[in-house]
Amino acid sequence: MRVFRSSKVILTLMIVALIAAFGTSSAFAAKAAPKQKNIILATTTSTQDSGLLDKLIPIFEKQTGYFVKTIAVGSGQAMKMGEKGEADVMLVHSPDAEKKFVEEGYGVNRQLVMHNDFIIVGPGADQAKIKGVKSSAEAFKMIAKTESLFLSRGDNSGTHAKEKKLWQKADITPAGQKWYQETGLGMGQTLNVASEKKGYTLADRGTYLALKKNLGLDILVGGDAALLNIYHVIEVNSAKWPKANADGAKAFAAFMVSKKTQAIIKTFGVDKYGSPLFFPDAGKKVEDLGK
Amino acid sequence: MDLIVQGTIKAFELIVTFDPEVLGITWLSLKISGTATLISLFIGVSIGTIVALTNFFGKRFVISLINTGMGLPPVVVGLFVTMLIWRSGPFGFLEILYTPYAMIIAQAVIATPIVMGISLASIQNLPPNLRLQILSLGASRLQMVWILVKEAKLPLLAAVMAGFGGVISEVGASIMVGGNIKGYSRVLTTATVMETGKGNFDIAIALGIILLILAFIINALLTQIQQRQHLR
Amino acid sequence: MNSEPLMEAKNIILRRGGVTVLDIPELQVRQGRILALIGPNGAGKSTLLLMLAGLLKPRQGDIYFQGKPVETRADLFMLRRNVSVVFQEPLLLNSSVYENVALGLKFRNINSQEIKVRVQKALEYFGISQLEKRSARTLSGGEARRVSLARVFAIQPQIILLDEAFNSLDPPSRETIIDDLKNTLDKTKITAIMALHDREEILRLAQDISVMDSGKIVQSGTTSEIYNHPDSEFVANFVGTETILEGTIKSCIEGNVIISVYGKEIEAIGDCFIGQKVYCCLRPENVMISERMQGKISVRNIMEANVTKIIRQGFFNKLILDCGFPLVAYITVPSSEDLGIAPGMTVTASFKATSVHVIPIKK
Repeated sequence: MRVFRSSKVILTLMIVALIAAFGTSSAFAAKAAPKQKNIILATTTSTQDSGLLDKLIPIFEKQTGYFVKTIAVGSGQAMKMGEKGEADVMLVHSPDAEKKFVEEGYGVNRQLVMHNDFIIVGPGADQAKIKGVKSSAEAFKMIAKTESLFLSRGDNSGTHAKEKKLWQKADITPAGQKWYQETGLGMGQTLNVASEKKGYTLADRGTYLALKKNLGLDILVGGDAALLNIYHVIEVNSAKWPKANADGAKAFAAFMVSKKTQAIIKTFGVDKYGSPLFFPDAGKKVEDLGK
Repeated sequence: MDLIVQGTIKAFELIVTFDPEVLGITWLSLKISGTATLISLFIGVSIGTIVALTNFFGKRFVISLINTGMGLPPVVVGLFVTMLIWRSGPFGFLEILYTPYAMIIAQAVIATPIVMGISLASIQNLPPNLRLQILSLGASRLQMVWILVKEAKLPLLAAVMAGFGGVISEVGASIMVGGNIKGYSRVLTTATVMETGKGNFDIAIALGIILLILAFIINALLTQIQQRQHLR
Repeated sequence: MNSEPLMEAKNIILRRGGVTVLDIPELQVRQGRILALIGPNGAGKSTLLLMLAGLLKPRQGDIYFQGKPVETRADLFMLRRNVSVVFQEPLLLNSSVYENVALGLKFRNINSQEIKVRVQKALEYFGISQLEKRSARTLSGGEARRVSLARVFAIQPQIILLDEAFNSLDPPSRETIIDDLKNTLDKTKITAIMALHDREEILRLAQDISVMDSGKIVQSGTTSEIYNHPDSEFVANFVGTETILEGTIKSCIEGNVIISVYGKEIEAIGDCFIGQKVYCCLRPENVMISERMQGKISVRNIMEANVTKIIRQGFFNKLILDCGFPLVAYITVPSSEDLGIAPGMTVTASFKATSVHVIPIKK
C-alpha cells in the first residue's frame, strides 16, 4: 500500500466516498408527483417469489409516479398489518380470512384478481398411492391412513390456510401426529425439506415449477376445485386508518384489475416454465372459476 | 454437495459478469452499513471516552449498561425500532418504516454500544498518569481528550471493525425495518434469506460468498491501517 | 532575587477515606531554588506535588501563585500552564521524539518556527539531539527519561515538579541524567520541586529540603541544616546516620584529595579541583575506634575524638563523637565493652581515605 502513505488519507477517502454516495444516490431519490407517494403493499411470500410483482410493480410505478413498498410476509401477517393500518393495500390469497377482514371493517373493495392452483406433491415412490386421485380431501385421508410423512408450512400463510381447510374436509386432525411436521418456513424451503425427507406436501404450482429441477418430487394430485388458489386485492379502510394512503391503494387495485395488467398476467411464466403461473380473473365471479 | 458446487459456480458467474442486481445489492449493503458504522463511530467514541475519563455517580452502572448493550440481540433492536417508527408509533409521522434510513438507524443502534464499549476499555487501558501528564503540559480539556483518543488509535480502529462486522452481517433487524424491498432496501443478508426461502440455494450461496469477500476486503483494509500504526 | 515566594500553600488539609493525606499549614517555594520533598512512602509527597501542579484541587486551604490565589477553573488552567510535572514513568506518546518534545508547545499555539528552535534547544540540554527523528517506542529507559525531561524544559514553565523521576533508571544512567538536569536547571534558572528518596540524588540536587511524614511537613531548611541538624529522631533516621560534612578542597593530586573540614583536614579519593565545595560522606561502619594512637596503620585519617553519646542499637553501639566536627561510628557491643567506652571518654577514630565519599556541591 505504498500509494496511500497516510492512514488518514484512506479513512478520509472512505468517509468522503460514503457521503458522496448518499448525496447523489438515486436509490433514495424521491419520485415526483402524487402527494403521498409511498404505498405499502402487503402480500405473501409465494406471490413475491413467483416474480410476477417484480414485473408489474415497475410498470405501475412508471405509470403513476407512486413508490410501492412490497412487504412479503405470510397471509396471516399481511392481514394483521392491514388491521393495524400499517399497510395500504393487500394482495393475498386466503379467502376465509379475507372475508372476515372485510366483514370486520378493516378492508374495503375486495376485488378478484387472478388464481392459480395448489397441487399435492410427493416422492415418486408414493407409498400412500394417491397419484391420480380426483379429490384432494380423499388424498389427504389416504396420507393420514398410511401415516406417510407430510410437511406443513405451519405459518398461517394462504397455503397453510388452504391445507388446514383440506384436513377439515377430510375430517382428520393431523396436529401432534408423528407423521405430520410443521416447518414454519416459506414455500420454497418447505418443498426442499419435503424433497430431502421424501414426504408429501401441499404447494402452489408456481413455486413448484420454479424449483422443479432441484426437487425429487412429482405432481400427484391436481385439478380439484378445492385446490384453487384465489387472489384478491383489498384496500385498507381509510375510515379506520386516516393515515393510510387511500388514493394510492385505489390506484394500485385499479391497476391490478385493468385490462392491460390482466393480459400481462395471462402470459406470465410461459416462456420460462412452458405454462402460465397465474390465470387472470378480474370481473369474474368466484363460483365460476375453474370451470 | 452438488448444491455447494453449483452455488460457488453461480457466485463466480454473478461476480465476473457484474450482474447489475447483485452489484446494486452489494453497493446498498456497503452504503447502509458504512453509514451506520460512521454514526456509531462518532457517538460511540465520544461517549465512551467521556465515560472513561470522568468520574460521576453511577459510573459503574453506566459501564454495565454499555457492556450489556454490546451483546444486544439485533432482532430485539429491530423489533423496538419497528414499534417506534410504524404508523401507530410515536415517530410514525416520519414515514421511515421500510426505508434504508430505518435500516441505518437500527444498525447504528446495534453498532454503537459495541464501539462505545471497546472505546471505553481502550481509553481506560491507557497509562493512568498519561491524562495528568498531558494536562500538566498545558493542555486544555479538549486538547487532552484529543491526544488520548489519538493514543488509543489501535484499539479504536478495532472497535470500528467490530461495529462494522456486526452490522454488515446483520439480518433480523434489517428485514424487519427495511422490508427487503427490491432495489430499495434489499441488502446482501436479506437477499440471502429470501433466496434461501425460495429454494434458490445457488443464488443464496453466491450472495453469501460475496458478503464474505466484502467483509474480508473492508477488514483487510482497516487491519492494514491498524498494523502499520503498530509497527511505526 | 524575589523576596516574595513564587508559590505558597496555606492551610492545606486533604482527607481521603478517613485518613488525613495532607496537613500543611504553610509551604513556600522560592524562585530559582531547588526544593526536595523527602519522606517515606505514603508521606504525601506525590499528592502535594499534584496539588502544586494544579492537577488536584485542595478542598480545604489555598494555593497562591505569584501572589495571586488559585481558585477558579481558569486559575487552575493558568497554573497548569505555568507549572509542569515530570512523572515517574516517561509517559511518552506513540510518535517521534520531536513530536513528543513539541507537545506542550503545540498546546500553546506557538508557531512552528519557534517550536523547532525550542525543541532542538531542549534536546541539546539533555544530549539527545541525535534522537530527534526516532520513534518514541524504540527508546531505552534512559533515553525516554531524557525525552520526558526535554519535553518539560521546552515549555520553559515557571516551576518544574519531578515525582521520583529517577526511580526506574539504572545507576549509570541515573548519574549522567541527574548531571544534565542539574546543569539545565542552572542554565535556565527554573524553579524546581522534586520528590526524592535516594540520598545521593538529594545531596546532588537539593538546595532546600522539606521532610514529610504522614501528610505533614516535619522540618524545612537548607540541605546542610536538615542533614547536620535534624531536629527529630524521625528526620535523623530518615536522612541517615551517615556523617555528612561540608568542606573545601585544599589540594587534589592524582585523585588524592585533601579536604578542609571545620578547620581539620580529611584525606579522600576523588576527582576535584582546588576551592571546590564538597560534601564528605562517611558511613558509620567505616569508622574504626581504638584506645589511643596505635603504631602505623594504613588509614590516612586518624584523629582524637570525644565520645558525647552512646546509643545501643541491637547488636552494636552507635557512638556520637566530636572531633571538632560531628562523627558517627558503629562499634560492636563486645568491643565497646573491651575498650570501656563511656561518654566523655577520648578515643582514637580513624577511617580510610577510600571510605570518604565526596559529593561536589554545585551552587
